Amino acid sequence: MSAETTAATSRRPPLWRDVRVLAWAFQLGVAAVVVAVVWYLVRNYIDNTEARGLSRDFTSWLDQPAGFPIPDSDFRQSQPNRDAIIEGFFNTLRLSITGIVLATVLGTVIGVGRLSQNFIIRTSTRAYVEFVRNVPLLALVFLAFSAIVLNAFPAPNDSWELGPIAVFNVRGSSVFWFEGENWKALVVLLAALIVMFVVARWRRAVFDRTGTPARTALWAIPIGLAVAVVVWILLGLGVTAPTRDGTRVTGGIRMTPSYFAALIALVVYTSSHIAEIVRASIQAVPRGQSEAADALALSPFQRLWYVVLPQAMRIGVPPIGNQFLNLTKNSSLALVISFPELTKVTQLATASRAPSVPAYTLLLLIYLAISLALSLIVNIVNRRLAIVER
Amino acid sequence: METLPTDAALEVLPPEPARPPTAGPRDWLRRNLFRSVGDGIVTVVAGLIVAYLLYRGIRYLFVTGRWEIIRVNLRLFMVGRYPADELWRISVALAAIAGYIGVVAGFAVKRRRVTGRQLPEEVDQPRARALLATAGRLWPLVVGIALIMSMVTTAGPWLTVAGIVAAGIVGRLIGPRLPARSTLALLLVALVGFGALLLFLSAPAEISTWSGIMLNVFLAIAGITLCFPLGLLLALGRRSRLPVVRWLSILYIEVFRGVPLYVLLLLAYVVLPLFLPSSDANPSSVTRAIVAMTLFTAAYIAEIVRGGLQSLPRGQTEAAYALGLSPVRTTFWIVLPQALRNVIPAIVGQFISLFKDTTLAASAMSLIDALGVAEAATSQSRFQGQGLTAETYAFVMLLFWIGCVTMSRESQRLERRLGVGTR
Repeated sequence: MSAETTAATSRRPPLWRDVRVLAWAFQLGVAAVVVAVVWYLVRNYIDNTEARGLSRDFTSWLDQPAGFPIPDSDFRQSQPNRDAIIEGFFNTLRLSITGIVLATVLGTVIGVGRLSQNFIIRTSTRAYVEFVRNVPLLALVFLAFSAIVLNAFPAPNDSWELGPIAVFNVRGSSVFWFEGENWKALVVLLAALIVMFVVARWRRAVFDRTGTPARTALWAIPIGLAVAVVVWILLGLGVTAPTRDGTRVTGGIRMTPSYFAALIALVVYTSSHIAEIVRASIQAVPRGQSEAADALALSPFQRLWYVVLPQAMRIGVPPIGNQFLNLTKNSSLALVISFPELTKVTQLATASRAPSVPAYTLLLLIYLAISLALSLIVNIVNRRLAIVER
Repeated sequence: METLPTDAALEVLPPEPARPPTAGPRDWLRRNLFRSVGDGIVTVVAGLIVAYLLYRGIRYLFVTGRWEIIRVNLRLFMVGRYPADELWRISVALAAIAGYIGVVAGFAVKRRRVTGRQLPEEVDQPRARALLATAGRLWPLVVGIALIMSMVTTAGPWLTVAGIVAAGIVGRLIGPRLPARSTLALLLVALVGFGALLLFLSAPAEISTWSGIMLNVFLAIAGITLCFPLGLLLALGRRSRLPVVRWLSILYIEVFRGVPLYVLLLLAYVVLPLFLPSSDANPSSVTRAIVAMTLFTAAYIAEIVRGGLQSLPRGQTEAAYALGLSPVRTTFWIVLPQALRNVIPAIVGQFISLFKDTTLAASAMSLIDALGVAEAATSQSRFQGQGLTAETYAFVMLLFWIGCVTMSRESQRLERRLGVGTR
């Protein structure tokens, strides 16, 4: 009996019922369809470009003169397309990084505000989030540009001035900034970060060895700031503050109206999403954790800093990283108000002389590279924060 | 039951003084506004700021805002250049949709009654109170429609709203009378009805000529209907054991998630014709917009569904196999219903994003959606150069806000109904 069943089951089924055969046949079919579609598209592309006499060269257009100017920059239209793309890339990067920093700060403040015990704070932050989250970003961009920056900002001779910190008017806004080469500023930033990192590790080592409270932030931040100031002076960097003389604003770093409007819209929109993530991740920490902290007689600050926040971060970091990615991709919307970021520059290039397929392929690759780089950073941070399980 | 041993020391304690009542306006004020001195200062400062903003906002709404531009262009905002003689078709279509939603709502109540999963507030509620509760739940929709109707100068929109409400109520009354096994039939009616409505609406004006918020709504409905099945397939493909299918799905999802939607739309607008046979007529801008948005959103839906699939314990699949279900039946009867239930809010969130993103599609494809109308209206000779952009954009934002808030509130309600996270 048992020998019979073994014999029966070990016999291979006919080909059309063999799972292994079917699986491979199915996969071959899928692959064949994909290849056929791609081949069809490429065939059409070759036919179309030949019929219209278009270039299929994927790189030479980069060295040809661009033939279009980029306003508010050093770029001249006799320069090659390559320089235009690089200019656009740095504009995208500048907008995204500034936006990420500001949106994180604003989003965290609003997210914590949503959990406030104060009725007014709780309600007003909720109204902000519920309004901004449910409105198209494109409408915010247009509103910030044409209704706020171009319409509500004052004329140059009537600018809003915040002492030496910032000057706002309809032609652009200027804020104080460092003066000198960019690499020197980068060195200052890196030096401060490295020193803070080293101090933090040292404090943790001291805590592990002796048990004296680490007080990492209390040590690292002042020391890091002091080092930054010293390096700043040693490298001979200066500070430039905006000053107004009649209608002219000199000094500081200038933000064009389109840049400023895009920044406002991106920060407002993304901050509402980050606020929701911050709120949800703090609420996701089990109540028992706070109660246990109270039972150990931790102060409210200690409870937040050592117990709730580390666990909330673990929950909140991946979705906040996604918001950073979204903000970077959404920065392409700045093209509707003619801010010369990557997509706008590509659009201008293809409108003048560059062949559209190579130019847009490059654009896709650059965005993919930015996305991959950002998600790599998020993954590394996430792995460092993740719980170490058995 | 044993009684606790009496302790002499306990007996001599005086009775506790009565606690002050914890409910009452003074106590509420103390707990929510004046917990401590610092809290009091925050309350006063924030209260002043909020009061000022509210004052400015209300003044803008009723005094300083120049809403004439909206009143004059209201029809353009809502239905664009749809032929004026044929507007009744839109009214009929909206009433049909409202009636269908009413039927589904009523049917859902009946299903819950039959299966014994009724909500406490549904049992023995008088009709009038139920209607009021529905209106209260949908307050953004009610307030929004009231704001829009306050600018109406003709009778048509009033008749339309009356027809929508009437059709909704009639549908809600018919719904519970349907046989309990009508789910599939209702789904079929939705699909067939969607096609029929499209034919009905596009008879006097081609879809590619639509404009106003009507275009946004159409793009959103078409995109939502198409992206969900594609996203589902991609999610299953990404978890497939077949390497070719899995890697193709991963490639698709990662590429489409790594690229801005606006770039995809530009590709569909500028580059796509080069990849299609030159002899054929190119697909219309509306078609291309729908395709680009569908491909983009499907990648996000796939990742959300994958999250839902991963949250499901292995035991579910194993139990289904143990019962002798085939892999296909296991997937569609056991795995997907539970996995999708867990990710409803995220999926609806993605649909809301898609609705908002229809503005990008219109902008990239040079279509005149509601935002396009907002821009065009400010350059009409009557309103040009008066700085009315704030008014028009605010109105478009209101339109989108109504739609998005209603969707997200209803999804939260659905989530509670299905008992996500409560079991």
